[in-house]
Amino acid sequence: MYSISMWKVGRGRKKKGRGMTGKGELLHPGKDLSVLLTSLFLCSPADCAIKAMVKHEQEESPNRPDNTAFTQQRLPAWQPILSAGIVIPGFVLIGLAFIGVGVGLFITSRDVQVLELDYTGAVATDPCYKCSDPSIKDCKCTMEFHLDTLFRGPVFIYYGLTNYFQNQRKYGISKDDNQLYGDLDTFKSPASECFPYDYDSKSKPIVPCGALANSMFNDTFKLYRMVNGSKKEVPLNGKGIAWWTDQNVKYRNPSGTPLINAFNGTVKPINWPKAAYELDTTDVYNNGFLNQDFLVWMRRAALPDFRKLYRRITKDEYQAGLPVGNYSLEISYNYHVLSFKGKKKLVLSNVSWMGGKNDFLGIAYLVVGSLCVFMSIVMLIVYAKFKFPEED
Amino acid sequence: MSGVEPVCTKLYFQNVLLPYLKMFTDFLSFMVLFNFIIPVSMYVTVEMQKFLGSFFITWDKDFFDPEIKEGALVNTSDLNEELGQVEYIFTDKTGTLTQNNMEFIECCIDGFQYRHREDSSELDGVCVTDGPVNKVQQKAGTEREELFLRALCLCHTVQVKESTKNGRDQIDQVDGLGADEEVLHPPQKERGFIASSPDEIALVQGAMRYGFTFLGLESKNMKILNRNKDVETYELLHVLNFDPVRRRMSVMVRSKTGDILLFCKGADSSIFPRVRQEEVERIRMHVERNATDGYRTLCVAYKHLSAEEYANADAGLREAKLALQDREEKLMDVYNQVETEMTLIGATAVEDQLQDEAAQTMEALQVAGMKVWVLTGDKMETAKSTCYACGLFKKNTELLELTLRTLEDGGRRREERLHDLLLEYHKKAVQDAPPVKLGITRSWSVASHGFGFIIDGASLSMVLSSSSESNSSLYKNLFLQICQNCTAVLCCRMAPLQKAQIVRLVKNSKGSPITLSIGDGANDVSMILEAHVGIGIKGKEGRQAVKNSDYAIPKLKHLKKLLLAHGHLYYVRIAHLVQYFFYKNLCFILPQFLYQFFCGFSQQPLYDAAYLTMYNICFTSMPILAYSLLEQHICIEVLLDNSTLYREIAKNAMLRWKLFLYWTALGLFHGLVFFFGVRFLFSNPALQDNGQVFGNWSYGTIVFTVLVFTVTLKLALVTQHWTWINHFVIWGSLAFYVFFSFFWGGIIWPFLSHQRLYFVFANMLSSVSAWLVIILLILLSLLPEILLVVLRKPRGPHARQKKQVQSNVGGPQSSARPLLMRTFSDESNTVI
Repeated sequence: MYSISMWKVGRGRKKKGRGMTGKGELLHPGKDLSVLLTSLFLCSPADCAIKAMVKHEQEESPNRPDNTAFTQQRLPAWQPILSAGIVIPGFVLIGLAFIGVGVGLFITSRDVQVLELDYTGAVATDPCYKCSDPSIKDCKCTMEFHLDTLFRGPVFIYYGLTNYFQNQRKYGISKDDNQLYGDLDTFKSPASECFPYDYDSKSKPIVPCGALANSMFNDTFKLYRMVNGSKKEVPLNGKGIAWWTDQNVKYRNPSGTPLINAFNGTVKPINWPKAAYELDTTDVYNNGFLNQDFLVWMRRAALPDFRKLYRRITKDEYQAGLPVGNYSLEISYNYHVLSFKGKKKLVLSNVSWMGGKNDFLGIAYLVVGSLCVFMSIVMLIVYAKFKFPEED
Repeated sequence: MSGVEPVCTKLYFQNVLLPYLKMFTDFLSFMVLFNFIIPVSMYVTVEMQKFLGSFFITWDKDFFDPEIKEGALVNTSDLNEELGQVEYIFTDKTGTLTQNNMEFIECCIDGFQYRHREDSSELDGVCVTDGPVNKVQQKAGTEREELFLRALCLCHTVQVKESTKNGRDQIDQVDGLGADEEVLHPPQKERGFIASSPDEIALVQGAMRYGFTFLGLESKNMKILNRNKDVETYELLHVLNFDPVRRRMSVMVRSKTGDILLFCKGADSSIFPRVRQEEVERIRMHVERNATDGYRTLCVAYKHLSAEEYANADAGLREAKLALQDREEKLMDVYNQVETEMTLIGATAVEDQLQDEAAQTMEALQVAGMKVWVLTGDKMETAKSTCYACGLFKKNTELLELTLRTLEDGGRRREERLHDLLLEYHKKAVQDAPPVKLGITRSWSVASHGFGFIIDGASLSMVLSSSSESNSSLYKNLFLQICQNCTAVLCCRMAPLQKAQIVRLVKNSKGSPITLSIGDGANDVSMILEAHVGIGIKGKEGRQAVKNSDYAIPKLKHLKKLLLAHGHLYYVRIAHLVQYFFYKNLCFILPQFLYQFFCGFSQQPLYDAAYLTMYNICFTSMPILAYSLLEQHICIEVLLDNSTLYREIAKNAMLRWKLFLYWTALGLFHGLVFFFGVRFLFSNPALQDNGQVFGNWSYGTIVFTVLVFTVTLKLALVTQHWTWINHFVIWGSLAFYVFFSFFWGGIIWPFLSHQRLYFVFANMLSSVSAWLVIILLILLSLLPEILLVVLRKPRGPHARQKKQVQSNVGGPQSSARPLLMRTFSDESNTVI
């Protein structure tokens, strides 16, 4: 109603106006009208062309604004039309896809086998209780466990720490990346972030310096399979537990052969039983900053309850997994966590394409997928009830 | 002893001072960590949006006026969004509403209408000496016609401006060629008139159009050229000047034949009582019709004076003119004596030509919910007729007048009368008016029979500076309330400072409404400066107003697009810009905040420093900037056609608490989803199929990736106007994020002491779980948005869409509002 009346008024005025306008303006009402008409009915690139034609009829003036689609805010624009016809099937499809993925994830996660052994020794009945006293050195304890089914390989051994804030900020920056990159200058003067683990009491530089390195996890494990009453060691593979890039690019040993030469004039971190260059006695190349246990430790965990990869079981007859039977875990208990109410555990796990066992993803996908389907049903009802008001 | 003291000091330091120092440094660290929640970059983006956005106003070719060959001028970039919030418009009349360019429209002689035909465009120089009379159906006698035209030619104070020498020569030449009709036109064309009032010029020109040309006044002799191209000379005896109280003026002339004639022209109300009544009715009809058409009407009467009468009048006039005391009153007395028993010959209708589309513009602005106040220095009648002409006052508008005239009506003291009138009007307009809730859309038809309020400068100064303090504030309040309940307010006889005073009064009134002043002359500068938004018209009266304005436009009609389209869009854009910024920073920092609970409150940043810095600068800034420059949630044409759409954003509708809370809740929700989604994923950090674990930087990078994608896609959902720039910027930002992350993590940066992110991103992408969680969290974050829309839909009125259908016939931007796109901007529209 309103626009119609406006239109009439407009025309009335136009008529009256014509007599008064000068010669130069005579085109004006006509132009106005055509622009109005084109703009009313067209909103596409085509109308830009028409407008341009209209424009050219008039003489150009230096002040005249450019008649481009951009300056006139008439860029051809796409308005996403997501009508019910698209949204509802789309939601159903997305929902179904999510449910499918969720089922896959859920099954995959369920099939992942996990065995967790808490060896903190917090309780007197624990086999490692005797070792939990920090004053006892070189303590070893043994945990027995039984596997009912084949633990499918490859088996990954993780150590897990609880209530351990490796993500503490000052702790986390307490290292010298240049040192760890093999920069010998920093061997003599470690970065100030390492304080108070930069120099020992005799002012000798500590390499690798800093709290992070100093607190490296140093419990070691040996896994035995009980075969006919005798212990048979399960070979553990210490390779491939750290990120490839960490080992090959990010960290570097200082130049010097043997490695020990580079560490002249430095001391090992206070808590370390052995110096960095003798971390692995079996493999020369797994020493120094490239020791994979060290690299794993140096990649800080995100949360206070975390696990880190310790070894893989990939060799010999255990390639297919740990067979049914009794096993014995021998722990060199060096790392004391009870003082901060921490817990230690050893985790045996195999992995799937999605990584370790993680029920969250599967459930979340199922929930969100169902939500999508549910919402599409709700939408369908709403639209049916209101007769698809969008589509008339 | 000496050894103990330092130990004591050290202990004291460690046990007592250190905790406090630690507290302080912790506080500072947290400040550093969380400072991103205050979006400093928002100011930069807002400034850029405003600055770049103002170019679109300058560039708009609709604002280009071919006459002055100029477009709009933007003097400030700060007020673009205010243009969408205007509640009060204060407009000057002369030169703004009108062109200050009177034109003779028609006359009525003896009750017969003589309308000048428009088809002949006299401006082209084709004068109509042969035209009009032929075309006017012969109705009145020629004698009466000529008498009327002579009256028009004689009864004025117009002076003829001598043409330039060049022109004169030309005339001489053509004169020499012979007094042919056609060659006589050039002198007429070049004849310039000077008068105190443009009306008089219009009348003289009108007479010229009908064949009687005023040639000038030479030594008390008025010369006119009649239809037969004969020069008639009249001796001007007396001019009975115009004054606003008498509202008429007269001249006494002596014709060649010795007759003494008195010609009088004036407002109908002052002429009708002074003429013989039998003629009145015929003409009154015409006058009233013309008046309602918005023309300025004058009635013309004449009278033959006998020699005796003249002698009396002459003596009276001379005496009065020489009087030392009460000269004015004495003159008035004589005038009144003389101007009686006249014969009405006709009436004229002159149009103070309105600006192009002034009426439509005003109507559109009123429909858009703006209140238009006309502040003018002109006299009331003129201003009133302009208000009628441009539709501010309608036929059925009830006018409330508070002028000197009404104040003096009762014969009581002005103060008392003012008090009574104010109370009376207040009762009428405020108390008895149907209660109208603020913000509720009044339909335009209701608004059309509202009240109009008229006040003049003298009364205003009485209202504003009443003798007693208490009265003064009471009057001010009453005045404001009355005005606010009127559809249009006319303030006439305003001094420039009074204009500013009124603007200030409204600006500081309750709710501090956004005011806009528009004017063209130096006398409007004060009110342009006073109002929130000052708009200058690039008129004929110099550049003063333009220079002092925030925006300058060539014509009044451009105001409509400036407010309804540009203002509306910029308001919506900036409203979204601001809220989106807070939202995106909230869900940026919230995970970082939550992370503190998991890292022993050690101020460990969740994201890498590069991400922290780049988030607001590179990853998420461009899409919102592009959005805030290009978004047209409603097509410009639709905005212009439906002024009511402007009401939907009135009173800051899109920056209300409700919407702010909505965005905040959304930010909180997203932040929680991001953080805890990844948190649960990291309950087992062995996320790679080779059994390796992810560390804290991987955690942060996953959260950040989800964040950047969600925040950008959320904007994509809000965007309803996808130009290629939007596409480029939105998808480009995401691509840039991915590219940057690869780049940043792909190189050992020599200048960094920590290579935290080295290969973190690439490693993340090698994990299927990370992919899955990213997809999941993005979808989960955006789901409620869609759910909200679906649930809200039934409640939303469809009227708005229907409106769009009507006005947007066939346009590709049809009203089919996409479901997914009906997001935030619609909610705000439908709820309010």
